[in-house]
Amino acid sequence: MADDDSPKLLTGAEALVESLERIGVEVVFGIPGGAILPAYDPLGQSKLIRHILCRHEQGAAHAAEGYAMTSGRVGVCMATSGPGATNLVTGIGDAYMDSVPIVAITGQVASTSIGTDAFQEADIRGITMPITKHSFLITRPEDIPPAIKAAFHIAATGRPGPVLVDLAKDALVNKAPFVWPAQVELPGYRPTVKPHSKQIREAAKLIADSSRPVFYVGGGVVKARAHEELEDLVKATGIPVVTTLMARGVYPDREPLHVGMPGMHGTVAAVGALQKADLLIALGTRFDDRVTGKLSTFAPNAKVIHADIDPAEISKNRLADVPIVGDVREVIAELTEVLRGSDLPDYAPWVRYLSNLKAKYQPDLQPTNEGILSPQYVIKRIGELVGPDAIYASGVGQHQMWAAHMLPLKPGHWLNSGGSGTMGYCVPAAMGGKVGNPDAVVWGIDGDGCFQMTNQELVTCTLNDIPIKIAVINNESLGMVRQWQTLFYGSRYSATNLHSSRVPNFPMLAEAMGALGLRAETPEEVDEVIKTAMATNDRPVVIEFVCHKDAMVWPMVAAGTSNDDIKIARDMAPDWEDETL
Amino acid sequence: MKKHTLSVLVENKPGVLARISGLFARRGYNIESLAVGPTERPELSRITLVVGVESQQVLEQITKQLNKLIEVLKIVELEPSAVQRELMLIKLYVADASARSQIIEIAQLFRGTVVDVQADSLVVEATGSPDKLQSLLAMLSSYGIRELVHSGTVAVARGTKSLTDRKPDRGRSASDSR
Repeated sequence: MADDDSPKLLTGAEALVESLERIGVEVVFGIPGGAILPAYDPLGQSKLIRHILCRHEQGAAHAAEGYAMTSGRVGVCMATSGPGATNLVTGIGDAYMDSVPIVAITGQVASTSIGTDAFQEADIRGITMPITKHSFLITRPEDIPPAIKAAFHIAATGRPGPVLVDLAKDALVNKAPFVWPAQVELPGYRPTVKPHSKQIREAAKLIADSSRPVFYVGGGVVKARAHEELEDLVKATGIPVVTTLMARGVYPDREPLHVGMPGMHGTVAAVGALQKADLLIALGTRFDDRVTGKLSTFAPNAKVIHADIDPAEISKNRLADVPIVGDVREVIAELTEVLRGSDLPDYAPWVRYLSNLKAKYQPDLQPTNEGILSPQYVIKRIGELVGPDAIYASGVGQHQMWAAHMLPLKPGHWLNSGGSGTMGYCVPAAMGGKVGNPDAVVWGIDGDGCFQMTNQELVTCTLNDIPIKIAVINNESLGMVRQWQTLFYGSRYSATNLHSSRVPNFPMLAEAMGALGLRAETPEEVDEVIKTAMATNDRPVVIEFVCHKDAMVWPMVAAGTSNDDIKIARDMAPDWEDETL
Repeated sequence: MKKHTLSVLVENKPGVLARISGLFARRGYNIESLAVGPTERPELSRITLVVGVESQQVLEQITKQLNKLIEVLKIVELEPSAVQRELMLIKLYVADASARSQIIEIAQLFRGTVVDVQADSLVVEATGSPDKLQSLLAMLSSYGIRELVHSGTVAVARGTKSLTDRKPDRGRSASDSR
């Protein structure tokens, strides 16, 4: 204990495990190897920490992300030096782009060998510097407890993100008195949590002066667990809402004021809401290019209120008229406080305009095309049968967009790779998500391309009793890339045909990994296999849905073009009916 | 492209400079000069950065991004009137005695000193503002410069205020106050 008279003499490895236990870490996803081996000895003895042996370090990193998303805690992954550490990089980068709190612990060669190109040496701290919130290279055992404490603090507070702790082998082996620091000493790290009340008042003033305002809600609202506050704010103001890919589920889709997801594959109503608005109230969001389209034509008539916990996001892409630095949960609560009961303009004509767009441009869903399942139908059906209590993960591509639009998502129940667009995210993130919330049913909506990148973690799921359900939307291709080739490269399908109608045999592959393998090719079979999957809880389930490869994601704003040029189908622009405004 | 001088107070820890230079490289910011050294407090280092930016917005992004680095304690943009100095070491060919005396005379005009003398070369040391050193260089160039070593700018604000003695407070630094 910190207040002991004579601190225990521990090896660095023991100090590491002791530190993790004191933080309250329950689960570590990892793979051992030479340099990290000393840490695995006391880790194996720990009664408080469950280590889940993954099959690839990328899987461990994504699992830590999924765990963090569903548990609200910091996810932990562990790997050895060199290739073990570099295999984590994709997951660390993903966590950085989507602000997911994880701590990556890596072994490093002995401090005396650092810089000699020793066996399995890689400068992982240098490699990950651009994609971590912070990182540590530890060469002395006494530095391990304060570094671990600081790493978890940095990962979880302010704008969350990944932190790397690289531990030289001699730091793990040598002994030092164990001293648990009373507090974290980080003089240069003080995130602003409380918003400035003057800025809140300024924001309220802009809102009261607007006639076409819209709440542009991002993933920060999910991270801040501010969904209830958001509902209050919307109720108090009657202002329409759009939720970005990262924010899906944070505000109920059934609410009339919710006009959907904006962006490259957003709904006409949501994209229109941003483009036609005279005020954007941006909450925990970062004006990503996938949302803004061509920046110079984005929301051309709108003033901007931008609230974010990261001051660097404010006015990075779009100049904010009223910047608010702070925890978005507090921002929303204080805005509600100020606006409730205040005399707001009548937004009814604006809301009516957006509601009309929403009603007019609904996705046209057919179960099959030329007798082959349509992927949109399959995903919609999964949502309808499985329901809103499940947690949904997704891969990256067409299936991700359909899933984002059509699944019944609750706040925090949507795991996906937004900023990074990491194919292979789905299976390991679903695994970590299930571990983080074991009572929840976890479904992954994956593509045949994505699935082939990280499906090995199904072995981990089988062996560790993590019964997730993965729907492989098999359209035999890298579907989104193929869609771009269809639209922008004269239908020349270079390297997008995966031939996965023949190889691999997904149900057999699933069975080989100890999962239940199913396949559906007709609408009747779709319902059947989903129900079988729902009834199977003693092992993971993989369902292959054999889908049509020509399905395309609409609407679409082509890369680099203006949101105003959104197409609802090939060469078909929506009718904005501007005169009703 | 307008030049701005930033004084950055950082924790004196390994890797800090790599973080800062890496940040500039990956975000495409333009470093004109960078100088790093210890301060009167051993746990702190001070980095003087001269950056070239196209707009105030870019400068604001630079300071905000720097502020996100955990080991950065404080950033202050120095006024153009701040004391700004560079050091230059210039090695010159000396063809004959008259050239030598001319070089020495020029050096003295710029308050430079000759720090090494050989039969056919000498080394001039000079400090001063970037403008002054450019003028000196222009004067000496016709004598044949063999080698030129030029430090980054170091700078300090005029007046009694000190960057290091105030409590480090990232919240109130530079353009963060918006």
